[in-house]
Amino acid sequence: MNITKRAKTVDKIMTAIFYLIAGFFFLLLLAFAGYVIGNGLKGFTPKLLSFTNEGIGNQLFNTIYLVVLALLISVPLGVAAGIYMAEYAKKGRFTKFLRICIETLSSLPSIVVGLFGYLVFILLVGARWNLMSGALAVSILNLPLIATTTEDALRTLPKGYKQGSFGMGATHWQTISKVMLPACLPRIMTGVILAAGRVFGEAAALLYTAGMSTDINWSRTWKLTSPVSPLNPFRPGETLSLHIWAARTEATAANAEQIANFSAAVLLILVFAFSITARLLSQRMSKKMTGGK
Amino acid sequence: MERKNMFFKEHFFKGLITACGAFVIVLTLAIGAFLLYKGLGTFVTYGHSPLEFFFSSDWAPVDGTEGGGKVGAAVYIFGSISTCALALAIATPFSFGAAIFMTEIAPNFGNKLLQPVVELFVGIPSVVYGWVGMTVLVPAIRDLFHLTHGYSVLAAGIVLSVMIFPTITTVTADALRSVPKDYRKAAYGLGATRWQVTYQVVLPAAKNGILTGIVLGLARAFGEALAVAMVIGKTRAFPKNILSPTNNLTAAIASDMGGAMEGGEYNMVLWTMALLLFLISLGFIFIIHFISSRSEQKEKKGKEA
Repeated sequence: MNITKRAKTVDKIMTAIFYLIAGFFFLLLLAFAGYVIGNGLKGFTPKLLSFTNEGIGNQLFNTIYLVVLALLISVPLGVAAGIYMAEYAKKGRFTKFLRICIETLSSLPSIVVGLFGYLVFILLVGARWNLMSGALAVSILNLPLIATTTEDALRTLPKGYKQGSFGMGATHWQTISKVMLPACLPRIMTGVILAAGRVFGEAAALLYTAGMSTDINWSRTWKLTSPVSPLNPFRPGETLSLHIWAARTEATAANAEQIANFSAAVLLILVFAFSITARLLSQRMSKKMTGGK
Repeated sequence: MERKNMFFKEHFFKGLITACGAFVIVLTLAIGAFLLYKGLGTFVTYGHSPLEFFFSSDWAPVDGTEGGGKVGAAVYIFGSISTCALALAIATPFSFGAAIFMTEIAPNFGNKLLQPVVELFVGIPSVVYGWVGMTVLVPAIRDLFHLTHGYSVLAAGIVLSVMIFPTITTVTADALRSVPKDYRKAAYGLGATRWQVTYQVVLPAAKNGILTGIVLGLARAFGEALAVAMVIGKTRAFPKNILSPTNNLTAAIASDMGGAMEGGEYNMVLWTMALLLFLISLGFIFIIHFISSRSEQKEKKGKEA
């Protein structure tokens, strides 16, 4: 009897511990997000949003521009690689090796990717630090994520889609582009949003590619070749996350700490918005999938 | 005409898509090749022995092409290993707890609330972790242990543990979910309590998946650069205890690469460190493959028996 009693007591204690751990993470997130956002907004002055070196306007613009550039590169490539693996790849050494390559890319430390980008896109090209090379480096990090999401989405699609399309006499490519990809779009979108969220926060890969300075003249927006035009992708472009890193090492503005706090808050809000959107999207989709039956 | 166009497209896009697949391979090989070429420069061009790089702590590489400096990176390597080991020691129990909570104790509550929380943690950028670590954790450690400054192995370990726990939790939870329901039912039928079922039946059955989670977490910890660089103190000395500052591979690369002369000895040895990081991440991939092939073999055996 004693053993049963002890087992029951232990069970109760362990259950309590698990509830404590779950509660701890819940509180940790609340405290962390609350602190970062609260601390960032506490010292808010309109000046912080300005496009000068006392505000983060330029950095915010650079971040968004970099995300757009990176997605323009990595989405077509990643989706194509995903289609290849799900539809065209035959079982064999080549496909197995491709899988290992994708796995390798996805586990590369971002600082190593940054160094590779620095060597190839900056040193070999003979350019100075620029947004485009940053976008290319970040694309290397995103590529595996988008490729695997696309592959999974295509593979889990019910067979009926493909068979129906083949039955109507469509070619393989017509089936992929007109039937399967549209049906997979929401899932691929979820992957792309997650990838975009990752680019927002990426810093180590950009350290030696996009550079840690930014010099923009907004009156020259449409002179794309001008080195200070905001839309010129071949100019140095410090992003928000690099700005936080730089605030520690080479603070140039008097209110550097305040700027870093505010940047961290903005970054966190952006990233949360992206992951919550991705979650809602995938939830709506699974409802749609199961509700149809 | 329309029909001809259709078949032309079929072949054209098949070729294009295949080329994209092949490009991924070329890209990976190119990264490996460039890292090898640059990273081996320390040993080939400047004639240092790998033993010196791995085991010596004399660090005085020459920032130029004349060579002849000292390239012992043992401090950095040990810094990486010690911070990652500490992070793993902190994160693993918590991750197991969270995963067990999600799958065994309160699946409903866990999936609706804890899972999203874990996913939000994944998205938090590493510089934000680093910044909070630097402005909150480091001063807290300083005051708590009466140190001159709080930059330490402990701070790096804590920051890293928060960064890797979502990975370990997610993979562990997946592994626990994939344990067949019958196992649990059989154990409950024998009169076991929930903790006994979890500890003695479910956890051992999910062992391989859990190991994979730990390795993935460790891989993430090894590759993390800026968050660690912001709290580790960047002191080139072996840490005396977990409260003393040190330095690690990623932090050294992140902070010194910009100032080192291209092609010089200093530059080369930093590339060697990057190569080492690349090889470590490759090593982790092989460990994961080994684990999963082992569990497949076991499954086969189980079916035959």
